[in-house]
Amino acid sequence: MSATGIGAAVKRKEDFRFLTGRGNYTDDINQPGQTYAYILRSPHAHAKINGINTDAAKAAKGVLAVFTGEDMAGVGGIPCGWGVNNKDGSPMNEPPHPALAIGKVRHVGDQVAVVVAESYAKAKDAAELIEVDYTELPAVAHMEAALAAGAPLVHDDAAPGNLCYDWELGDEAEVDAEFKNAAHVVSIDLTNNRLVPNAMEPRAAIGDYNKGTGEYTLYTTSQNPHVIRLLMGAFVLQIPEHKLRVVAPDVGGGFGSKIYHYAEEAIVTWAAGKVRRPIKWVAERSESFLSDAHGRDHISHADLAIDADGKFLGLKVYTKANMGAYLSTFSTCVPTYLYATLLAGVYTTPKIYANVKAIFTNTVPVDAYRGAGRPEATYLLERLVSKAARQLGMDQVDIRRKNFIPADAFPYQTPVALQYDSGDYEATLKKAMELADWNGFPARKAEAAGRGKLRGIGISTYLEACGIAPSAVVGSLGARAGLFESANVRVHPTGSVTIYTGSHSHGQGHETTFAQLVSETLGIPIDNVTIDHGDTNRIAFGMGTYGSRSLAVGGEAIMKALGKVVDKASKIAAHLMEASPEDVEFKDGKFTVAGTDKEVDFGTVALTAYVPHNYPHETLEPGLEENAFYDPMNFTYPGGCHICEVEIDPDTGVTQVINMTAVDDVGRVINPMIVEGQIHGGLAQGIGQALLESCEYDESGQLISGSYMDYCMPRADNFPGFQATTESTLCAHNSLGVKGCGEVGAIGSPPAVINAVLDALADLGVEDISMPATPQKIWQAIQSASVPAAAE
Amino acid sequence: MYDFSYHTPSTVADAAAAMSGAEDGKILAGGQTLLPTMKQRLASPSDLVSLRGCRDLVGIASDGSTVTIGAMTTHGAVAASADVKAAIPALAALAGGIGDPQVRNRGTIGGSLANNDPAADYPAAVLGLGATVVTTKRELAAEDFFQGLFETALEEDEIITAIRFPVPKSAAYVKFDNPASRYALVGVFVAHTSGGIRVAVTGAGQDGVFRADGIEAQISAGQTPDSSSIDEGGLNTDIHASAAYRKHLIGVMAKRAAAAAS
Ligand SMILES: Cc1cc2nc3c(=O)[nH]c(=O)nc-3n(C[C@H](O)[C@H](O)[C@H](O)COP(=O)(O)OP(=O)(O)OC[C@H]3O[C@@H](n4cnc5c(N)ncnc54)[C@H](O)[C@@H]3O)c2cc1C
Repeated sequence: MSATGIGAAVKRKEDFRFLTGRGNYTDDINQPGQTYAYILRSPHAHAKINGINTDAAKAAKGVLAVFTGEDMAGVGGIPCGWGVNNKDGSPMNEPPHPALAIGKVRHVGDQVAVVVAESYAKAKDAAELIEVDYTELPAVAHMEAALAAGAPLVHDDAAPGNLCYDWELGDEAEVDAEFKNAAHVVSIDLTNNRLVPNAMEPRAAIGDYNKGTGEYTLYTTSQNPHVIRLLMGAFVLQIPEHKLRVVAPDVGGGFGSKIYHYAEEAIVTWAAGKVRRPIKWVAERSESFLSDAHGRDHISHADLAIDADGKFLGLKVYTKANMGAYLSTFSTCVPTYLYATLLAGVYTTPKIYANVKAIFTNTVPVDAYRGAGRPEATYLLERLVSKAARQLGMDQVDIRRKNFIPADAFPYQTPVALQYDSGDYEATLKKAMELADWNGFPARKAEAAGRGKLRGIGISTYLEACGIAPSAVVGSLGARAGLFESANVRVHPTGSVTIYTGSHSHGQGHETTFAQLVSETLGIPIDNVTIDHGDTNRIAFGMGTYGSRSLAVGGEAIMKALGKVVDKASKIAAHLMEASPEDVEFKDGKFTVAGTDKEVDFGTVALTAYVPHNYPHETLEPGLEENAFYDPMNFTYPGGCHICEVEIDPDTGVTQVINMTAVDDVGRVINPMIVEGQIHGGLAQGIGQALLESCEYDESGQLISGSYMDYCMPRADNFPGFQATTESTLCAHNSLGVKGCGEVGAIGSPPAVINAVLDALADLGVEDISMPATPQKIWQAIQSASVPAAAE
Repeated sequence: MYDFSYHTPSTVADAAAAMSGAEDGKILAGGQTLLPTMKQRLASPSDLVSLRGCRDLVGIASDGSTVTIGAMTTHGAVAASADVKAAIPALAALAGGIGDPQVRNRGTIGGSLANNDPAADYPAAVLGLGATVVTTKRELAAEDFFQGLFETALEEDEIITAIRFPVPKSAAYVKFDNPASRYALVGVFVAHTSGGIRVAVTGAGQDGVFRADGIEAQISAGQTPDSSSIDEGGLNTDIHASAAYRKHLIGVMAKRAAAAAS
């Protein structure tokens, strides 16, 4: 292994820039003549707009323009990127999503008008002069309310019953038949709590229009600038690709929330064309709470049929998924194709049925958030399996082992469409149990009891599907885009290399990991490599970064392009060494001819390609630059085992996470330090979901956890030091053998934490607790427990 | 934020003059509460009178029986003060548990008390220790100073100059953090003073900080305190804690504070 090649724990190249404040984020960019936009948002969850008077605002000092939905009426709505069909084959309800509200507002924070002014303060001042005449309508803030008979309709006739779709996977009757043979049926009802993503950098956008060329430019906080160009250009503003440049410069975290095409992007770009000046918009944090797509928000019921030996026979899952008020870009596929297809987990359950109803409510749109569907599936399954163990009197580990897909069963076809290529669930389980000292737990529990603490241990053995995704497969399932990736490798005359990748780094460390691929393949130092991303004018194409796809899809595209570079370079080297290309070997940056002492290095070949004096012009073009597109053959399937150990203070209900062990199979590890960091971040979000974070709406649709005063963001002191390591099998269908590590931490951990909490409370007879398991909820559970806790 | 005139007096007397000359003036201390409120456009003072230059409002003096803390003394300075640690360690610990380092380095005792946030920590110490709030106009006993949620006895142009804390025999403050904001969901201050046991509860009451006489009686009688005497009807309910949970926590925090103060 070279010092900067595959497998090396290279320090992140980008960190110096970020840690010393030299990052270049959207808000750092300023254009000559720039103006500022303030978006006036709805204070109501649901209201009719009778009229908007903007006269006073337009007349205010420093104001260039004020636009409302009527002004933008000719512009297309914000599109949804994935069509999902109902059970009966009919298409989902897909109500329009205007960039600025027309006729009605549907959630607190819905965009009503935009003020463009010489300064942000002037824009904000002028917005106070806008008179919006609202008639408030009854709102549906929660799914139960939205589904009640006679409920107010978010989209009137466009979505009767507030239903987006009623979708299913599998054959319910077939699964029912399995239930007839079952010795046991274990059922669970649970909620996957709604979360606010809270990237450190709030969203921002700058729209610019060049009168001279007719070109538009959008700088935006995006995880996928080409996708924004496609969606906004083709569907919203009708600007062709060659006249629209989208730049996503340094981006300060996304976690999914910056995948989507947001109205503000279209608004500033469109308005820049009207006012003929660049327009900057930067969200305030309270605006982020009201306008960034939220995550999760499922209510589910599930039944698991089990035979007398503890083998799973069948699983039925009924889920309601909150879409919020409008369909965000990937909202519709998250609770279906990224959720129900995961319900086999790591188990051999032969028959599975899932029914998912997607519901409109008067809340912020809900879309993918770190893990997207897979955390929801994992939470359901791993809570259910642990509950089954308790109900059947089986050991938590034994019941899992009994149902694991064995390591020799791959490729393994699940009953829910996916075919797993590789994995070894016993290996990750075994290593996690060792690291967590699973067998020593009873002694630790007894010791904690001596201190008056309730100690519990919880496990989750999970699997996820990432490396999104084979285009033909997702296309057949309703995706309205391909999910390949592109790469360009430009070797410069002196042998240094720039990689142009369609993946986008917003904290993942691609500038290091991808450079390690180049360093390894070309045998050049990592410092001779630059990774460029984020600008549609520089990068050929790209589908961006989400679903832990960057290495498994974007990295593979880079490897493919590097392969082409090595092929061509070998031919040049063969020419220089007067050998036949088949005899040329390339290793550690040197071309050699087998059985001779002939040798030329990579730098010489690069120079020759650009100074082609002695060159095979008859058969080769000069230059050394290659493109590749890579479309994966399958999803990748990381998985593993998370074990959590907690102590609960029965006097207060406070849970302390004492140990968090994660052993994940992420495929080949390119940079173990970066992988560990990604897993740490995921664990923080997973524990955050399990114990701390909750997005709460009141009945009227007001967001009551709309700031950090009430929305509990995890902090470092909420966590113990994590034990995170990998135990990998290789992905069988990509050249690197990589699977993905960006989301595993957030997917595997929530059920491990809740299972630990329930284990701690089991002696009191507590059987259920919902996320986040706050001190108050735990205290209440203890109060109403069947067995009294030792009194204070 | 709306426009305002900004004043930078260098003495409290000049500050008071600036305040009486202003149409709708506001004192600016550490700005940790006032500035966010202004940024959210929930406050729009015509004039901001910054006390930052008033050195006469900064400092800590201790004479063995009284600790006097200038209104502009930051939480960080109180937490680090050797005098406070020696005389009333519970007060130094309380200050050290407010917010985060940034907040402690900007936020001031005067600002915290003038604001009288029902979840703030200092009110528990001021009431628990029976401190005196000294202003440009008068001296106010703690009982008279706090008047309900975000309400104090301060007049529009009255400025807190210092707080005088009598040194107790012993004292302790135990806080149950709001998981999100880390203000006090419930905080209980227990003091053994020359006048007897004093117990003040912050974070929980619908009218802000209050004295828990039932708990005072229990501790005075040598009993382990509990929350049986607390009227649940007078406690707050929000998404973080019901009144019942707050009542329970008052008992637990009181027990822990009483143990630490004994
Ligand atoms: C992130 C964060 C976390 C926090 N956590 C906690 C916590 O855990 N516990 C806690 O108790 N507090 C907490 N606070 C509040 C903080 O401790 C400050 O004490 C509080 O914000 C007010 O102090 P200040 O000096 O910043 O006052 P300012 O914000 O400047 O002023 C507050 C109010 O008091 C008035 N005022 C200020 N000084 C005087 C004076 N001398 N005389 C008369 N009126 C005056 C002002 O006009 C204004 O109305 C937190 C604040 C933040 C931002």
